[in-house]
Amino acid sequence: MSELIKKTASELGSLIASGEVSAVEVTQAHLDRIAEVEDRVHAFLHVGAESALAQAAAVDARRAAGEELGPLAGVPIAHKDVFTTTDMPTTAGSKILEGWRPPYDATVTRRLREAGLVILGKTNLDEFAMGSSTENSAYGPTHNPWDLTRIPGGSSGGASASVAAYEAPLSTGTDTGGSIRQPAAVTGIVGMKPTYGGSSRYGLIAFASSLDTPGPFARNVLDAALLHEAFSGHDPMDSTSIDQPVPSVVEAARQGDVAGLTVGVVKEFGGDGYQPGVLARFQEAVELLESLGAKVVEVSCPSFTYALPAYYLIAPSECSSNLARFDAMRYGLRVGDDGTRSAEEVMALTRAAGFGPEVKRRIMLGTYALSSGYYDAYYGSAQKVRTLISRDFDAAFQHVDVLISPTTPTTAFPIGERADDPMAMYLADLCTIPSNLAGNAALSVPCGLADEDGLPVGLQIMAPVLGDDRCYRVGAAVERAFESRWGGPLLSKAPAL
Amino acid sequence: MSAITREEVAHLARLSRLALADEELDHFAAQLDQIVGAVARVAEVATADIPPSSHALPLTNVFRPDVVAPSLTPEQALSGAPAVEDDRFRVPRILGEEA
Repeated sequence: MSELIKKTASELGSLIASGEVSAVEVTQAHLDRIAEVEDRVHAFLHVGAESALAQAAAVDARRAAGEELGPLAGVPIAHKDVFTTTDMPTTAGSKILEGWRPPYDATVTRRLREAGLVILGKTNLDEFAMGSSTENSAYGPTHNPWDLTRIPGGSSGGASASVAAYEAPLSTGTDTGGSIRQPAAVTGIVGMKPTYGGSSRYGLIAFASSLDTPGPFARNVLDAALLHEAFSGHDPMDSTSIDQPVPSVVEAARQGDVAGLTVGVVKEFGGDGYQPGVLARFQEAVELLESLGAKVVEVSCPSFTYALPAYYLIAPSECSSNLARFDAMRYGLRVGDDGTRSAEEVMALTRAAGFGPEVKRRIMLGTYALSSGYYDAYYGSAQKVRTLISRDFDAAFQHVDVLISPTTPTTAFPIGERADDPMAMYLADLCTIPSNLAGNAALSVPCGLADEDGLPVGLQIMAPVLGDDRCYRVGAAVERAFESRWGGPLLSKAPAL
Repeated sequence: MSAITREEVAHLARLSRLALADEELDHFAAQLDQIVGAVARVAEVATADIPPSSHALPLTNVFRPDVVAPSLTPEQALSGAPAVEDDRFRVPRILGEEA
C-alpha cells in the first residue's frame, strides 16, 4: 500500500505542484488501492483506470509546459454516479439506465475536469439517490469500511465509503434529505451540503429538484472546502443557481476559530430514539465548543419535528413528476416492445422492470399526495410546514451564528436491518432534512466513536443561506481541537481493511 | 382504518405507469398505508394563515440571454435511444387501435 493514499487532497495537490510526485503516480496509487479493497467495499459502479491515467498524464503534461494549475490539479476524485459523464456510464444506481452513456457532461463534471481533478470512476448510490443506506442500489450494497457488515449511509454511500477506505481523497455527492451528511457521519469523514443553488444541478439526474444539492466529501474540512470551491458557483444552465459569489469557504476552513461566536443547540434533536453513544459524543462537542470560546445556548425550533413527514411528501411528489421522463422512448431500458403492445403498455412494463421497490414506493406516494382531493391535506400542508421550518431557522439565526445537532440519531446500522421497513429507514435523515427544506448550508464533521459499538458519530453544523463559510470556520475549529485530543484524524482509528 | 387499499395502489400504479404484479400490490398497500399514516401529521400545524413554500429561495422569472448556442447533434440525441429509424426515435404504437 502506497503512503500516497493516506495523504489529504491539499497535500497531494502541493506534492504534484512542486513536482515531488506526478499526477500519474498519485492516480496509480489510488487505482492500486481500489484493486486491493474494492471487492469488499464495493464503492464503485464503474472504475475508469485508463481514462483516469490519461487525465493524470494530461495534467502532468500541462504542468511540464509551465501552465499555472489550480490547487487540486492532478488529485484523484470519485464521482457519484448521478452526475452525467460523457466518458463513463451513468446509471443513478438503476437498472433503467444500465449502460447509458450520456451525450453531455454535468456542470459539476465539467468543473472537476477544468480544475484538473482526475475522475477515477463513478460511485454507488441508492437508486436515483432515494435511500439512506445504499441498499437500494440495483447493483448491490456498498459496505462501511469501519465494519463491512454495516451500511455506509446513503444515498451517497459509495462516495463516503470510497473516501473512508482511502480509494480516493475526495468524492462528490448530492444531498436531498441528508445524502451527503449522513453517509459522512457514519463513515467518520467530512461532508457538506452547500446552500441550495450554490452548486449547479445541470446534468444531475433529478430526484427532488427543489431540494437536490451537489456537495463535497473529504477526509478533512480544508479538503472539502477546496472541492466545494472548485465546482460551485453560478451556472446559467440551472435557473435555480444563485448568481452571487461563492462564500469564501477555503479561507474560512483555514481560519477555523469560534471565539466570539454564538452556537445554538437544537433542543428538538435528542432524547428518545437517539443512541446514547451518539448523544454522549454530541455533548462532548458542545463542551469542546465552549472551551474554544464559543457561547453555547439552547434553541427551540418546534417545527423541525414536522420536517421528516413534510419531506416524505415533498420529495416523493417531486420525484413522481421528475421520474416520468423514464418512459422507455428516448433513452434507457425498453421492455416488452414485441410489436403488439402500445407505447403505454411498454412504458408501464419497462418502469415496473427497471425501477426498484423504493423508487416505486416514492413515485406512488408522490402521485397520491398530488392527487385531486388529497393535494391540500398532504402536499399543500407539507409546503406550509416548509414555511414554518424556514421561519424557525430565521428566528434562530437572529441570535445565533450556527445551529448544531447530531448528524444522525444512530451510528451505522447493519446491512439488511431496515431494508424492508421504510419508516425505520427514513428516520436516519431526521436531523438533516430541515436544512434541505430551508435551503441553508450544513456540514457534518466527525466527533468521535460511540461507546457501545465503536462506530463514528457526526456533528452537524448548520448556517444560514449563503453562510457556508461559517460551517467551515466552525467545522475546522472543532476538527483541529478533536484531532489534537485524538492524536490524529478519527479515521486513523478505523480497523485496517 | 386503512387509507391506502389494494385497489388504491392499483389505481396509483396505473397513473404512475407501473405494471405491478399482484403480490406487489399487497406489499405496497401495507407500506404506503403506514407511510401515509405517519406523514399525515403535517396537517396538525398547517393552518390557513401560513403561506406555502414551493422552494427554499425566493427566485422568480430567471432568464438567460436568448442566444443561439451549441446543442446536441441528432446523433448525440439519439445515442441512447432503444430504437431509431430515419434519424428519429422509433416508438411503439401510440394509438389504441391497430393501424
